[in-house]
Amino acid sequence: MLLEVRDLHVEFHTRDGVAKAVNGVNYSVDAGETLAVLGESGSGKSVTAQAVMGILDIPPGKIPQGEILFKGEDLLKLKEDERRKVRGAKMAMIFQDALSSLNPVLSVGEQLGEMFIVHKGMSKKDARAKAVELMDRVRIPAAKERVGQYPHQFSGGMRQRIMIAMALALEPELIIADEPTTALDVTVQAQVMDLLAELQRELNMGLILITHDLGVVADVADKIAVMYAGRIVEQAPVHEIYKAPAHPYTRGLLDSIPRLDQKGQELYAIKGLPPNLLAIPPGCAFNPRCPMAQDVCRTDVPPLYEVTESPVPRSSACHFWKECLHG
Amino acid sequence: MAEAILEVRDLHKHYPLTQGILFKKQVGAVKAVDGVDFELASGETLGIVGESGCGKSTVAKMLVNLEKPTSGSIRYKGEDLTKLSPRALKAVRRNIQMVFQDPYTSLNPRMTVGDIIGEPYEIHPEVAPKGDRRRKVQDLLDVVGLNPEYINRYPHQFSGGQRQRIGIARGLALQPEIIVADEPVSALDVSVQAQVINLLDRLQAEFALSYVFIAHDLSIVRHISDRVGVMYLGRIVEIGTDAQIYEHPTHPYTQALLSAVPVPDPEAREHRERIILTGDVPSPANVPSGCRFRTRCWKAQERCTLEVPLLAVPAVYRLADTPAKHDSACHFAEEKQVVPPEDALAHAGPLKETAAGTGPAAEPPGATLLKKEPPGPGPDLDLDEKTGEKTGDGTGDGTGGEDADGGTGGEDTGGGTGGISKES
Repeated sequence: MLLEVRDLHVEFHTRDGVAKAVNGVNYSVDAGETLAVLGESGSGKSVTAQAVMGILDIPPGKIPQGEILFKGEDLLKLKEDERRKVRGAKMAMIFQDALSSLNPVLSVGEQLGEMFIVHKGMSKKDARAKAVELMDRVRIPAAKERVGQYPHQFSGGMRQRIMIAMALALEPELIIADEPTTALDVTVQAQVMDLLAELQRELNMGLILITHDLGVVADVADKIAVMYAGRIVEQAPVHEIYKAPAHPYTRGLLDSIPRLDQKGQELYAIKGLPPNLLAIPPGCAFNPRCPMAQDVCRTDVPPLYEVTESPVPRSSACHFWKECLHG
Repeated sequence: MAEAILEVRDLHKHYPLTQGILFKKQVGAVKAVDGVDFELASGETLGIVGESGCGKSTVAKMLVNLEKPTSGSIRYKGEDLTKLSPRALKAVRRNIQMVFQDPYTSLNPRMTVGDIIGEPYEIHPEVAPKGDRRRKVQDLLDVVGLNPEYINRYPHQFSGGQRQRIGIARGLALQPEIIVADEPVSALDVSVQAQVINLLDRLQAEFALSYVFIAHDLSIVRHISDRVGVMYLGRIVEIGTDAQIYEHPTHPYTQALLSAVPVPDPEAREHRERIILTGDVPSPANVPSGCRFRTRCWKAQERCTLEVPLLAVPAVYRLADTPAKHDSACHFAEEKQVVPPEDALAHAGPLKETAAGTGPAAEPPGATLLKKEPPGPGPDLDLDEKTGEKTGDGTGDGTGGEDADGGTGGEDTGGGTGGISKES
């Protein structure tokens, strides 16, 4: 297994108390596989990824518990300088907003080349040639002429390609993409997503795709982990989850989005709001919003049950996953 | 059809580009909106979709008079808003209100909710006499599903979805007939989006509102709209009822846009054809000659560089009685299904007929569709279409093409996911 996250907890100490952003997350990605982590804002999807990358702000963040195994080695036990060698070279991250993630006063070529100078000790000239090669690879037209240009001279889609190029520079084994297409228009979104999927296949990388868009997920993911209030509430191969969700939250999400190919009547709306992380409800965190909630949901935190009826491995953190699966 | 309550004709908004500091001279113009026509019937929802920079928000601003049009007319019940005296304009503006995109920045953080929602009454005191305002505001809070006791709270005490409800309540305060909503749900989380869309639906029925609903999310626009206009670079390229646009699009841009939308269903995706446009939208300061979509269009021919296509029913469909008979600004307009009718029971009847009737006849010779250029640099950006063979109405080529795709997928920008449309 390329990456395995085990029982990860992350909390933030704030003036108002301890915000429990991640509360026992388990997931894994293999080489060549795409795991989509789906969740609304505040669900802990990005914080989990930042912990994996080792770019969490500590303090105020804190990892009180958990393991992050990268090819069997626990990254949380590494020293910062050892960790630094993993970051970029073995795993890389693509951020949502390319414009604010790129340095506006350095040319694109300098930013891409920096990777090679720092990690590989290349000369400036070689690094620039490498930068052009990378830009070609992510299909930026006229790479040779544009390598000296600055981020603001590129369009949104092109900037996101530069981000992808930067992530690919050292040929990492794992890519974490945090909402890589959210800021882009649909036609450009499709281009970028396809490019990412194709490069992943070519290089046999593991990909963790963090998103809130159920549509994007359906297009590219192998398996999905749905997060709510810092926990994974359902995990399943992509086809299974869309056919028959085994958690009421997933079901609610799927029912609440309008479909392009259907003119629906009234949309199903999950009532209420996502919980405050400073005061997560006792029992199942989803219980105040859940149409199926019973007394047990208000007292017992549901474990991640194995969905035994399914031919493929999948799990759901709902006491009533059976009822949910069948109706 | 009910009478048009709003009529927009040949609307333009050009922002001048100047050079020099002391002696400014105009060197060009950003043509944000460049000839837009539509009408809005009473009680109807007109959706306007398009990518960023296509001018849809500028249209919205001109409708509520936050921007002055460079030329063109906006008629509300026959009165041209662009020619009214300030006093007359003020009276008319009461009837056209706006809901903004970002509920975080469009509410003043130093004002209480009561003041925010009640502020319109300061400008139009005739709607609510002073003593009556507090009660009116509380009624409005109740209407949009917020607790009337929250009247003295500040915006930061509310979540995004609740703030958007406040924005909607403010829009309703003057009992307008038209609400212009510019991306009202795009800043909200998925589970909250549905709540706000349902609220907008309910309010429309309750207060007989007409909506101009502007969004980039095609699925949401379809859900809420009766008619849909697709904008590209400052112009509407196709307009029709939601079924006409989504199930029978005739403009290549609409087709590409629809095919690019991810559908949250892995199975439906396998039945879809993906048209992936290369390149980006050109700058509105430097609009291509002729048809403005030609630089990204796979059908573009010489005629497209010379002649601006008009927004009208394409000649091919003028006499026919088909859903493809709606306005489309393309010289080579032809129907092409990109969104498979998912719910076979609901749509099967009429759709199948037209697919079989007009589909093959309207299909051009395979060669034009197969036109394919190697991906990579070049200003003449072309479409990468994953059509193995396009032989009319998709019998057989669907499965065959898909297999071939899987094998060669790595070669193209199109990616391996592209299927062939199955117009079964």
